[in-house]
Amino acid sequence: MATGKKLERKPLSFAERTYLPAIFAGMRTTIRHLFMPKVTLEYPEQRPAIPPGYRGVPTLVRDPNGREKCVSCQLCEFVCPPKAIRITPGEIPEHSDHAHVEKAPKAFDIDMLRCIYCGLCQEVCPEEAIFLQNIYSVSGYTRAELVYDKAKLYELGGTLPDKHFKWDVKKAAAEATATGGGH
Amino acid sequence: MDNATLMNFAIVLGKSVAVVVVMFTICAYAVLAERKVSAWIQGRVGPNRTVVPLIGAIPIIGRLLQRLGIFQPIADGGKFLFKEDPVPGHVRKFYFFLAPMLAVIPALTTVSVVPFGQYVDAATGLLKPLIIANLDVGIVFIFAISSLSVYSLILAGWASNSKYPFLGSIRASAQLISYEIAMGLSVLPVFLWTNAPGMEGTLSLVRVVEAQGGLWFGIWMPVSAITFLIALFAETNRLPFDMPESESELVGGFHTEYGGFKFGLFFIGEYANIVVGSAAFTLLFLGGWNPLPWVTLSDIGLATGILGGVLSVLIFLGKTLLLLFLFIWVRWTVPRFRYDQVMRIGWRIMLPVAIANLIAYAILIAWIDTH
Repeated sequence: MATGKKLERKPLSFAERTYLPAIFAGMRTTIRHLFMPKVTLEYPEQRPAIPPGYRGVPTLVRDPNGREKCVSCQLCEFVCPPKAIRITPGEIPEHSDHAHVEKAPKAFDIDMLRCIYCGLCQEVCPEEAIFLQNIYSVSGYTRAELVYDKAKLYELGGTLPDKHFKWDVKKAAAEATATGGGH
Repeated sequence: MDNATLMNFAIVLGKSVAVVVVMFTICAYAVLAERKVSAWIQGRVGPNRTVVPLIGAIPIIGRLLQRLGIFQPIADGGKFLFKEDPVPGHVRKFYFFLAPMLAVIPALTTVSVVPFGQYVDAATGLLKPLIIANLDVGIVFIFAISSLSVYSLILAGWASNSKYPFLGSIRASAQLISYEIAMGLSVLPVFLWTNAPGMEGTLSLVRVVEAQGGLWFGIWMPVSAITFLIALFAETNRLPFDMPESESELVGGFHTEYGGFKFGLFFIGEYANIVVGSAAFTLLFLGGWNPLPWVTLSDIGLATGILGGVLSVLIFLGKTLLLLFLFIWVRWTVPRFRYDQVMRIGWRIMLPVAIANLIAYAILIAWIDTH
């Protein structure tokens, strides 16, 4: 059996039944808001602050020595749920500064019309070469324009700090081997 | 026609054109005010992008005007003029076209009996009202013509031949009839007082203002004023009484099927009604062009000639615009009443209050006059 206390519902007073006091109270609130600072962010001139960890447009990054980090392992291409990434692997020329290990992409296209900004490519990348950074505004007049190629992706990505300097480590190891090995 | 008649005709025509131009401007800027005030109340900035080349280039002022959206009505008007104006296939064409015209015509007709101010003619020493037609039946004319605008809503809803507009127009007719009565009854005490014994009887609005040289009617007849104001909100279909439109509830209400310039006409008609309503309230209860209670322009010696005319018009316009702001302010404060609430308020509260008020003031005025 329910044992709650029965609440008395007070009948409305005459003033309350005219609605007018409530309306005046509301008008006091709205007139206060009339003079409050506005919260609008006037977009093209003012931009929102992008929080860290934001998943914007996927971009390719270089290490602080200016080397492209991608080795075209194609993991991102395979993991990409909407199949937005297309990589054509290529060899690194023998006399290149970077010619010590592995390969580099000959072409790296991301179709921004397919990308769903899930971030799986960034998560799967063993080389920390692809990052979803803070670019959120993507627009173009044609479909072709919205397939970002390698140059565009590097331009958007820029350089991020690197802890490993894998290329330098490999180069040092290779040189050590060439001069007879040992530590 | 002789020359004098022709001259008279030209003067009246000129006045009318001037008044219509001013009305359209006020309506256009009332729309801007609506958008700006709603934005400010909601913490937004409102229209602030439209700019005209030359004026916008003036260093500080141009920028300020742009931020205030002063040029926005030009863009809005242009849009209404040049937009495609579709006529759906299922409408009754004649009435569909007639409705928006009927929305504007009564609204602009009533302005003709609204006095804007007055001045003392220096040559004759007589008070001259600034008015297009100083009808002896002023207020009755306003009530009669402005209630014609309900036909535009009903015709629009019916001619649209679709459900939501029809519901909107049904509500419009019920609401306007309900509140018309309370509105008419609420102003009667004012005219009981202005038609004092021994004077020539009149319903002219100029006389009402002259009778408010002392205490304004809004101060010693507060119930009349509030009843009239609430009925005015209902008559002009403003929130909390915007039953005919019921945006989002009835899509767009009576004008759901309208677009382009025809919708623009409804829009202008609505705001013209509000402007005329505010003007009528100012004249009836806020002392018209009297600057303060117990102070008239003649008392402080500023009523003569052009100066007097301009001052009285400015005071009158200022009060009307303040009232216009009140309309907008209330709209963005109060939610819409339910339809049954509208009917209950109209018939079970407003009407008895207006009748009781009338009887009370009739007795009071009779007592004052006999003592």
